[in-house]
Amino acid sequence: MSAANSAHSVVEPSLSSKRIAGTIVVLYALITLIPLVWIFLTSIKSPPDSISYPPKIVFTPSLEGYCNLFTTRTRQTPDYIASLPAPVGTCDEVTRKRNMVIAGPSNFLPRFVNSLVIAFGSTFLAVFLGTLAAYGFSRFKIPLADDLMFFILSTRMMPPIAVAIPIYLMYRELGLSDTAFGMILLYTAVNVSLAVWLLKGFIDEIPREYEEAAMIDGYTRLQAFRKVVLPQATTGIAATAIFCLIFAWNEYAFAALLTSGEAQTAPPFIPTIIGEGGQDWPAVAAGTTIFLIPILVFTILLRKQLLRGITFGAVRK
Amino acid sequence: MTISHSSIVEKAADATARATPSSVARRVRGLSDRAIAWLFIAPAITLLLAINIFPLLWAVYLSFTNYRANRPNAPVVGVGFGNYQRVLNDPDIWQAMQTTAHFVFWTIVLQTVIGFTLAYLIDRKFRGHAFWTTIILIPMMLSPAVVGNFWRFLYEPQIGLFAYAVSLVTGIPTSDIQMLGNVTLAPWAIIIVDTWMWTPYVMLICLAGLRSIPDYIYEAAEVDRASPWRQFWSITVPMALPFIMLAVLFRGIENFKMFDMVTLLTGGGPGSITEVASITLKRAAFESWATGRASAFAIILFVAVFGLANIYVKALNKVKQR
Repeated sequence: MSAANSAHSVVEPSLSSKRIAGTIVVLYALITLIPLVWIFLTSIKSPPDSISYPPKIVFTPSLEGYCNLFTTRTRQTPDYIASLPAPVGTCDEVTRKRNMVIAGPSNFLPRFVNSLVIAFGSTFLAVFLGTLAAYGFSRFKIPLADDLMFFILSTRMMPPIAVAIPIYLMYRELGLSDTAFGMILLYTAVNVSLAVWLLKGFIDEIPREYEEAAMIDGYTRLQAFRKVVLPQATTGIAATAIFCLIFAWNEYAFAALLTSGEAQTAPPFIPTIIGEGGQDWPAVAAGTTIFLIPILVFTILLRKQLLRGITFGAVRK
Repeated sequence: MTISHSSIVEKAADATARATPSSVARRVRGLSDRAIAWLFIAPAITLLLAINIFPLLWAVYLSFTNYRANRPNAPVVGVGFGNYQRVLNDPDIWQAMQTTAHFVFWTIVLQTVIGFTLAYLIDRKFRGHAFWTTIILIPMMLSPAVVGNFWRFLYEPQIGLFAYAVSLVTGIPTSDIQMLGNVTLAPWAIIIVDTWMWTPYVMLICLAGLRSIPDYIYEAAEVDRASPWRQFWSITVPMALPFIMLAVLFRGIENFKMFDMVTLLTGGGPGSITEVASITLKRAAFESWATGRASAFAIILFVAVFGLANIYVKALNKVKQR
């Protein structure tokens, strides 16, 4: 990389300016990371450690947060606990030390699964519909194409709460309230506008000549689309999918208003984790950590596509 | 995963060659282009009409009625512009709009200044800049609600890391650092989290802007012996300005809609000091169940964002044309 840049040595920044820039950026990055590191550290603290003052940086790690996240517990008398057979597994042991027994699983896992189903379902649909529409807008003369594209974008300007009122009523009529399918449809609609915009740009970059050549060779339009355009748009489709996924994974407002139980996703659920005497911070931190990990992995693995997708709109228009 | 352009071309040519049986080269073309265009666009448009436009029109209709969603069987009466009149005369709603404007203003100022500075520094291409850029990006990929909730913990005056760190640096006792409970500090608590989360976004767009400036302009300036200061203000800033303005537009629209972070951090409190428009709207719609009035407010908000965004885009286009 640096070899390519040295071609214009006149404007290549000096070594000392690089060093200063690097130091400031690294400092900023480290400060930015503190809350995230703290979330993780809290998730492996025992509840008393998590709320001690001054905040504990050195502590004995504990799995209590994760145990509390995945189970519900009931308080029992020490006598009763002593009368129980030996604990099975770490969580059982940890729980009994606090004079409690595990009563059953918590709602976290189903909520997490809801998040997975809704996020991936809506991403798939949004990218599928978005790719088709983007190709349509990119290659055909659509009447009022500019207006339609602007209309598609403008659907994102509404505050979610504003759309939520009529959608709430509509879903109530249609029996879609608190269903995963309803949420998938909703997130698909929100994401499809982004998908069309992003993908149109990617598909615009693929020369039309490829399809034309393929069609002269006897392909139908659909075949040309499938066998020539789609393979070349893969990077763009991947970038778009990540954005849709991140949105659907992280969305809170619609989820909080339109789901209450069955179809609730993790973002509205995690803040409701309450322990004895207020929020159970290690459990909240554990839930947060588990919830953040997939996105963290995505960000690091796919950063090139992400960079392209984010800056894309800016570079283009 | 990145495929170089030449390999794309080769692959396409290769695929084209392989998949073309010469004997059927002139087969029936299938659907006409026009039908395909419709087939391709219709599903997305239909979905948007069903989930965005139909509800929007419904909201417009509701905004002229006294409908209450918690009493679906009560008779619905048209009230003309009554709801709009009430909303526009409601001092609480003006207060919420002011609070929103305050948030939008400060988050944009902070995120633009810090974001542009970071982009400028990263553009020096120091060793490991790609790695650190990725690290900086992490907050914006996370859920504002989930992270906002955790920041509530960080802000706790008695146990939180934030108060502890501030007290360590400034010597102010932690009991005085009630970020979420204090009327002056609570808005800043939200602004801090929003800036932490979204500065990377502004940074990325600014970075795209800086990278779009061709090197020969700087080379020419160098030949003319322009000082670095002069180069910065006469080349870097004006050339990156359209990008900065775009970042401001995106962040402005998003923060105008700000909801999740505020809900989780302060819920609008203390009192109603951090009650932004979305929270007022949610209260009217889902707590007071004044569906008609809430719809009127929603429409007013939408028109406001839409109108402001349009004016702004016109200004942006003027800057770009220079």
